[in-house]
Amino acid sequence: MTALQIIFLLAAAVILISAVMVTATRNMVHAALWLIATLFGVAVIFAVLEAGFLAVVQVVVYIGAIAIMFIFAVMLTRREMLDKGPQMNKRAWLAGILCVVIFASLIYMLSSWVGFNQIPLLVGNADTLTLLGQSLLLPSAYLLPFEVASVLLLAALVGAVYVASNRKQEEK
Amino acid sequence: MIPLSWFLILSAALFSIGLFGVMARKNAVAILLSVELMLNAVNINLVAFWRYGNIVNMAGQVFAIIVFAVAAAEVAVGLALVISVYRRFNTVVADEIDLMKW
Amino acid sequence: MTTEQILWLLPLPPLLAFVFIILFTNRWKVLSFSIAVAAAAISWIGSMVIFSRAVALHEFGKFIFQSNINWLPTGDTYLRIGVMVDPLTAVTLFFVGWTVLMIFIYSIGYHNFGKPKGDHDRAGLQPHGATVKDEHGHAHTELSVEPMFSRFFAFIGLFAFGMYTLVVSDNLLTLFVGWEIMGLCSYLLIGFWYGKPSARAAAIKAFMTTRVGDVFMLLGIVYLYSVTGTLNYREIFYNPEVLHVLGNTYTPLGISVASAIAILIFIGIIGKSAQWPLHVWLPDAMEGPTPVSAMIHAATMVSAGVYLAIRIYPLASAGGGVHNLTPAMMTMGIIGCFTALFAATIAVAQNDIKKVLAYSTISQLGFMIAALGIGAYVAAAFHLVTHAFFKALLFLGSGSVIHGVEHGALHTGEHVDPQDMFNMGGLRKKMPITFWTFLIGGLALSGFPFVTAGFWSKDEILADAFAHGQWLVFFVLVLAATLTAFYTMRQITLTFFGAPRTKAAEHAKETPWTMTLPLILLGVFAVVAGWAGIPEALTAGTIPNWFHEFVGATLFEHPEPLVFNFTPMLDSILISLGGLSLGWLVYRKVKAGDPDPLVKPMGPVHRLLRNKWYFDEFYAYFVVKPTIWMSEVFTSLWMDRMVIDGILNAVGGIIGRVGHAFRNYFDAPVVNGFGDFLGEGTKWIGKESAPLVQRGRIQGYMVASLTVIIILAVAFFFFRP
Repeated sequence: MTALQIIFLLAAAVILISAVMVTATRNMVHAALWLIATLFGVAVIFAVLEAGFLAVVQVVVYIGAIAIMFIFAVMLTRREMLDKGPQMNKRAWLAGILCVVIFASLIYMLSSWVGFNQIPLLVGNADTLTLLGQSLLLPSAYLLPFEVASVLLLAALVGAVYVASNRKQEEK
Repeated sequence: MIPLSWFLILSAALFSIGLFGVMARKNAVAILLSVELMLNAVNINLVAFWRYGNIVNMAGQVFAIIVFAVAAAEVAVGLALVISVYRRFNTVVADEIDLMKW
Repeated sequence: MTTEQILWLLPLPPLLAFVFIILFTNRWKVLSFSIAVAAAAISWIGSMVIFSRAVALHEFGKFIFQSNINWLPTGDTYLRIGVMVDPLTAVTLFFVGWTVLMIFIYSIGYHNFGKPKGDHDRAGLQPHGATVKDEHGHAHTELSVEPMFSRFFAFIGLFAFGMYTLVVSDNLLTLFVGWEIMGLCSYLLIGFWYGKPSARAAAIKAFMTTRVGDVFMLLGIVYLYSVTGTLNYREIFYNPEVLHVLGNTYTPLGISVASAIAILIFIGIIGKSAQWPLHVWLPDAMEGPTPVSAMIHAATMVSAGVYLAIRIYPLASAGGGVHNLTPAMMTMGIIGCFTALFAATIAVAQNDIKKVLAYSTISQLGFMIAALGIGAYVAAAFHLVTHAFFKALLFLGSGSVIHGVEHGALHTGEHVDPQDMFNMGGLRKKMPITFWTFLIGGLALSGFPFVTAGFWSKDEILADAFAHGQWLVFFVLVLAATLTAFYTMRQITLTFFGAPRTKAAEHAKETPWTMTLPLILLGVFAVVAGWAGIPEALTAGTIPNWFHEFVGATLFEHPEPLVFNFTPMLDSILISLGGLSLGWLVYRKVKAGDPDPLVKPMGPVHRLLRNKWYFDEFYAYFVVKPTIWMSEVFTSLWMDRMVIDGILNAVGGIIGRVGHAFRNYFDAPVVNGFGDFLGEGTKWIGKESAPLVQRGRIQGYMVASLTVIIILAVAFFFFRP
């Protein structure tokens, strides 16, 4: 058991347990916080996978922005003591069965793939960050998806502001 | 020397948990949280395949970055919708928002 | 034009006249009678042409004019129909042509063409007179024109068509067609004034009575066809082998086939020629206008009966002959004699001028049938021809008399029956032409010696009976002839001699030329026609008996000429002169209001005779009543309404109930129920499942879709085809 494997196992455990807690806990704020834990775990996994930039971006964007947004949303949609009482709906058991089946079938399908158990190649001296930056900005690479993603963000920004705006004045 | 299968199993499990949360949670915000879980599982998958393939080909990481952007956008719009619905119907329980029924 | 062509076309003009008048010219009297008279004239010309050609042909009888065509396919062969002229046809065409034309011309005047329209005249009733104002302003009533003028001419046109068809046909089938057409026309014409209930009844009576005879006649024709396979005259009546076979094959009844057929056909003749017992229709038929009476009862219809009898004589006499009477001939003889005497006795007691002539016709037809019965073939044909002329003359004369008296009645406003002879008298001065022609006709009927046609023909019958030793027939016919002369003179005396017994008779006027001209022409024939058949012996062999030679050739074996004997001739002269004088003596002194001089001496016998031996009452009780009972009660009520309708209604009811059961117990609950179930079920499925499926909850949708996808994926993966 190498150090990397132990780190991986620890991170995986964190992720999975936190994920389960996200879906199981009653208190919404707790759920958001468990999400943050999950996201941290994912960041560690990214680091294990030698995608350092992505690990940092994960923390900054997901935890720093998205998770905070969740907390705000929870705050804004609270009703008195809504967090008490069951928060699984009636079809939870069926969903559970379904998810187990899906997980099992996914593993099954993947395990029949040749490269399922492959070992990673050595990284060597490749400067992956520069390469990432170049691929994002080179038109022959992935410039277009990059730009489109930014337009998407703009659209989402405008849309979100519009949808969530208080339109009581216009209705009157 | 972590076999790829570990990452894939991890990603599959996270995805399934997220899927379960989407289908089973009452609270609309909790549903969105579970969606985030699923997106993260996808990201793990993408980066793992990048690492275990040709690391010179940055497609995996670029895709993961795009997923980040999309997830952010989706969360923003989704939460804006949930807040708007909450304002109108005074509830965030997904099952109670059933105007589009028969 | 060949004779055969003329023959085919001969019946056509009257038929066309009928069609045209009915369809087009009903409203215009002049056009109607012109078309009718022209048609009769054309047919008359055709008849004369054929007669002259027939007479000119040497050995006519062996060689005849005929033409026929295939008509009815019967297995391998055809039933042929066509036209034929043999000697009998030729003489028949002669008298039919003349009498029909005379009657047509007479009808113009009889129906008062040119006279004004009546005051209260309605179609369907006799015209009642029109009030006419003359220059001085005083009004008197005149004879009015018949409202249904054109219709009459149409009907007699159809009648003429029927007669011509019958005469020119060469087979029994088309003869029967003509026979029935004439039956129809007699119905239409007897009931011409259909507004009179008595006329309607008389028309039905005529039709029904002749129909009874026609049924048997048809049986006879069918029997003949089934035995010989043909209905053609030449093939049966001119064919000795066929006649021999028919005459000697015996039916189970013991009489020969030929006699059986002849008797069956003879029954039809009894009906048509008004012999006893089917005579009852003829006197009632006097309800029709007088030209109709002349046509039906002198010229055409009853003559058709005797014509047919003469036609089938070879069949009737097959297996026997003049010296050996067959059963058919005996039947004819007995019925003919009986009828001759029977009708003569009734005629003595009748007061209506037309009824006397009606019974006289029946009696004279009896003479002809009796003559055939004893084998006097040529005599019967001779009397047929002469009788047609003088009887038509007498009927038309009586019509003229009635018109004259009616004129007088309207003039004076007296309401008398213009047909009752006891209201007449002294008309000889007022209506001279009518008088002289009527006298000629009456003398002919009585058999006035030597100068009238009736003498020669009647004498020949008596001579035949005498020569062949048929004493019963001889005596009966002598008696009948005496009575004939008696009642004829009675009629003439009452009508024309003496003083007028009523004011109407005083003011009687002669009728117009359209009526008197036919009388004159017929009068000529009534005198002249007899001279064609003077027995040879009387002229010491210088003039041959043309009629005997000519008509005798109709038969395959010419009848042998009679050995002349003076006795029957003497008897004829005596009875005719005796009867005439007796009639004049008894009736010359009858005054107005006097009863008939014979009533007191004869007592109840006279009443029996006047009521026609009560035969009408007998038939009414024993024939008509049971028939009405049969039809009203037995068939209509019991069989038809109770049994047949009962069965039908029951069947209908059952079917109705079955249908109802089906409807209520199967169709509605099961079939409809199933359909409704499907519909309601689908509705229920939709209604119940929609809320289940379409909740509006997206998580539910997601679960559902993923479930299905997983299942499909698993199925696809594991059970890949």
